[in-house]
Amino acid sequence: MATQEKEQGTLDRVTKTQEMVYEITVGEVMASKVVTVRPDQTMSELRLLMRDNRISGTPVVENGKLVGMISIEDLINALNDNDINAPIRDKMKTKVECLYVDELLVHCIAKFSKHGYRRYPVLSRAEELVGIITKGSIVEGLLKRLEIEYEHNEAKAAVTRQRPTMRKFFEDVSADEISFTFKYNVVGQSLKEAGKAASELKNALKKLGVCPPLLRRIGVATYEAEINLASYTKGGVIRAQVEKWGITVEAVDNGPGIPDVERAMQPGYSTAPDWVRELGFGAGMGLVNIKKCSDEMDLKSTVPSGTHLTMQFYYTS
Amino acid sequence: MKLNDIVKEFGLEVKAGSRHLENEVTGGYVSDLLSDVMAHAEDGVLWVTLHIHQNIVAVASHKGLSGIVLVQGRAPEKDTVAKAEEENIPIMVTDLSAFELVGRLYKAGIRGA
Repeated sequence: MATQEKEQGTLDRVTKTQEMVYEITVGEVMASKVVTVRPDQTMSELRLLMRDNRISGTPVVENGKLVGMISIEDLINALNDNDINAPIRDKMKTKVECLYVDELLVHCIAKFSKHGYRRYPVLSRAEELVGIITKGSIVEGLLKRLEIEYEHNEAKAAVTRQRPTMRKFFEDVSADEISFTFKYNVVGQSLKEAGKAASELKNALKKLGVCPPLLRRIGVATYEAEINLASYTKGGVIRAQVEKWGITVEAVDNGPGIPDVERAMQPGYSTAPDWVRELGFGAGMGLVNIKKCSDEMDLKSTVPSGTHLTMQFYYTS
Repeated sequence: MKLNDIVKEFGLEVKAGSRHLENEVTGGYVSDLLSDVMAHAEDGVLWVTLHIHQNIVAVASHKGLSGIVLVQGRAPEKDTVAKAEEENIPIMVTDLSAFELVGRLYKAGIRGA
């Protein structure tokens, strides 16, 4: 069981490069401009060719067909044997490991570690030499692909950054005062739609990137304020103002006003009519909840013109 | 405990939000005062109440409750069911009284938040 989990863990952590070797073909990374030699050329000619092209090995081709591979190692052996003018045919390796152009890089890498050769000729399925592949070309091919992916991700990240989270926005723009205002109308004398403004405001603030704990406090306080507008007043508005330092939510109604604000603030005190109490409201806890949830609360009321409740919430509290 | 387990164990009748019975129930709360629930219920608790009007859904949604159980076989109002479906709040009904249901929930391991 433990072993199985371990293996699965390893499988999960397949790296990007590991993934890429299963996607890229030999043909995509090979060098297709290949310097070749003929078998009748001498080892001496090969030496010059290698020097001029800065290569350490090359395919030997006769009449368009691959007949062998010759490398610097063969050249050193020829020099050692004082046989520098021998034809390549006598010194080349004829047992050649090849790769096909449509093979995946993963097979190619396996071949590199299996045989230890530095380069492999690449053939088309018609057995024609179409390129050559070295460890260098594999690395280069992978890097190129990584670079493409990286640029793609960078472009995507830039798009994501454009999403205006509030903090970023406030950092980026400058004015003497900046704020977002959300306004919701609340119908009085009906609890049917009550809670809608609070939940819509909560959604809006969520989109602006307000953190969940603060969101919850604002949600509860606004909900209670909205219930109060719906239960006791002729209707009113809920207005939220989002600023750099915090959020202000106001509930303003058109009357009838609270005769005794101090008393209204006491837990359990309620003037709720029966229809409100029947719905489970009117227990004299709304304003208490609001006070508990907000960082600052201010309640001003005049009879009969109306009530103005202000709640403030700070980002750090 | 998952809501689904409670539904099965106590034979609750699911009236809304049947696609959300995988909700994890982290505790229980019983109250018929909505402000009380607003003030004291915590995330993930199962709320036991006798109210059937749509405001219970708004409260449950605001507080992130795992579900609502209506006691004494009370059927939720039509608007309540519609709203619950919209807000993804499961509503269930039991024939038991609040006292009986809460007692049994407690015995099954559900605790007050």
